[in-house]
Amino acid sequence: MTTNLVLAITIGALFAAGIYLMLSRNLIRVILGFLLAGHSVNLLLLTTGVGGVPPIVGEADNGEQMADPIPQALILTSIVISLAVSTFLFALAYRNYLNTRDPEIEDELEPDEFADAEAGAGEE
Amino acid sequence: MTWTWLLPVSIILPMSGAALTLVASRRPQVQRTISVTVISIQLLVELTLIAQVTNGGPMVMHIGGWTAPLGITLVADELAAFMMVVSTVVSLAVLVYAISQGLADRDTAPDIPISIFHPTFLILVTGVSNAFIAGDLFNLFVSFEILLTASFVLLTSGGTRERLRAGAPYIVVSLLSSLIFLAGIAMVYAATGTVNLADLSEKLPGLPTGIVATLQAMLLVAFGIKAAVFPMSAWLPDSYPSAPAPVTAVFAGLLTKVGIYAIIRVQTLLFPTGSFGNLLMIAALATMVVGILGAISQSGIKRMLSFTLVSHIGYMLFGVALGSETGLSAAIYYVAHHILVQTALFLAVGLVERVAGTTVLARLGGLAAAAPMLAVLFFIPAMNLAGVPPFSGFLGKVGLFEAGVQDGRLLAYILVAGGALTSLLTLYAIIRVWGRAFWRPLPEPLPIGGDALETESGRSLLTRRRVQREAQRRMARQESARLPVGMVGATTAIVAVSVLLTVAAGPIYDVAARAGASLSDRSIYVAAVLDSGVPAPPGSTGGGTG
Repeated sequence: MTTNLVLAITIGALFAAGIYLMLSRNLIRVILGFLLAGHSVNLLLLTTGVGGVPPIVGEADNGEQMADPIPQALILTSIVISLAVSTFLFALAYRNYLNTRDPEIEDELEPDEFADAEAGAGEE
Repeated sequence: MTWTWLLPVSIILPMSGAALTLVASRRPQVQRTISVTVISIQLLVELTLIAQVTNGGPMVMHIGGWTAPLGITLVADELAAFMMVVSTVVSLAVLVYAISQGLADRDTAPDIPISIFHPTFLILVTGVSNAFIAGDLFNLFVSFEILLTASFVLLTSGGTRERLRAGAPYIVVSLLSSLIFLAGIAMVYAATGTVNLADLSEKLPGLPTGIVATLQAMLLVAFGIKAAVFPMSAWLPDSYPSAPAPVTAVFAGLLTKVGIYAIIRVQTLLFPTGSFGNLLMIAALATMVVGILGAISQSGIKRMLSFTLVSHIGYMLFGVALGSETGLSAAIYYVAHHILVQTALFLAVGLVERVAGTTVLARLGGLAAAAPMLAVLFFIPAMNLAGVPPFSGFLGKVGLFEAGVQDGRLLAYILVAGGALTSLLTLYAIIRVWGRAFWRPLPEPLPIGGDALETESGRSLLTRRRVQREAQRRMARQESARLPVGMVGATTAIVAVSVLLTVAAGPIYDVAARAGASLSDRSIYVAAVLDSGVPAPPGSTGGGTG
């Protein structure tokens, strides 16, 4: 089994960039980071088809090589899930913007304010 | 075995319920009827499942007739069925509680937007039951996504500033853990060519140990974040308390336990000889001690309970890390105990909030006299959590300590000591809440929020806000002296079930012990999945490709 170096580096770079963006408090950056990291994992899934034994029922007609369908099915599912989650994230970012007029998530509370927040949670 | 069709029913049922309640979003009465009916039927289905599994061994369903390594497999063994029953009992009680609270609150404070609550809650239930019976890693991933997405919506319901602030870190951390999990699945597939758990447990031993350790580390990190194991637990106490009481209760009861379930499943089935036993033990110790130290320093009951939740995850991890049959049995019993008790406590705190208008310890007092029923509902699960002798918390801990002593390693003894210390500190934290909120007389309401003025004279704006709240609170105290029957009833039911776990400890511990035994002997699970006599679908020439 050979390793595709270009793909490996792409996956690593995408994942690193994605995680870096997700560490931000700006929700738009978080969304972009999630999408990048999600794509990198999808690419990782795509590369895995080589190593496994393709669980195809029956034989190919004339011994030609067949692609492993399982990673493709997994990627498809994962893309659909990413779609749903990013929709939610966009709604979250928009709502946060409406609340605060700021794309960033607010500061953590100071320890003595936690009690206040807890008291206020039921009233808002 | 003709009952296997019940397996997909336990997923289809809540999912179709979610669709129906979404259609009926303008008719709250219809929504309520659908949700309660669906979850009640779900409970019956799962009780049938556990009866079948206890008599006839693991039940396996190959979706679409595609046999094990190829298709999607649903498996219910003792552990899965047991977890399903416990989780559905909790879901039902929380649902009744939430409905009752929503009905009572609709005029004054629409805390939960009721039309979206029912579909989301049912989707959460779908995700949880799917996670328990998933027979392959990818299906487990999908069910995690289902329940996480539902939990995002529930946690940020209402979309207030505070909920978004508290919810955003939870969402980002959960997404990150999902990405790690998916990357782990990709690596597992690359290494073995399968994601089926039973198939994996046969193929993994043939791999080099370095690769197996990498795969195990990926999965453990992903599940560890979901279960809130120590170095990855900081998100939990910040995000949970800001949600409405029933939502916090169901999250505390179920979500972290699904993570623990995944750790148990993967550790026993895929990596029984894995190389992280000691690391898990240290993580368990740190989770217990750090969590409970956090709990002691809290000024609000909800945050205190969230910290005890993290802390007691350590006990379950302890049982898993030991890996012995007795350790696993005790961990399973402890999971059931903790799901019920932690949910009961959060529901009781929701009632406290209703009666007193706050959950901040400094402003609470005299509840035992004002609401004796509520005091009982808090006291029983609180003592249970702390592990005071007659209760199930004590039995679970004794089981764990016994397993630890049997293990005999130095680290196991340290863990037993750490567990005992955590138990005592839990008792301290709980007694502190009991003494202040319930037992002492109500602090005299000072003319202008006196204590706030004394200590923080410079912060006049904050003080004024507090004074206003204080006034509101006094009004709330008078108005809501009567608690809704549904909320009290649901809390009582959960407390009763948690007491049942003590009274019927013999038979229930037997169920846990059987689950532990069947986990220790993984050939039962593997044989049930791979050799179950479902004929290969027509047109196929060969079944499982090696």
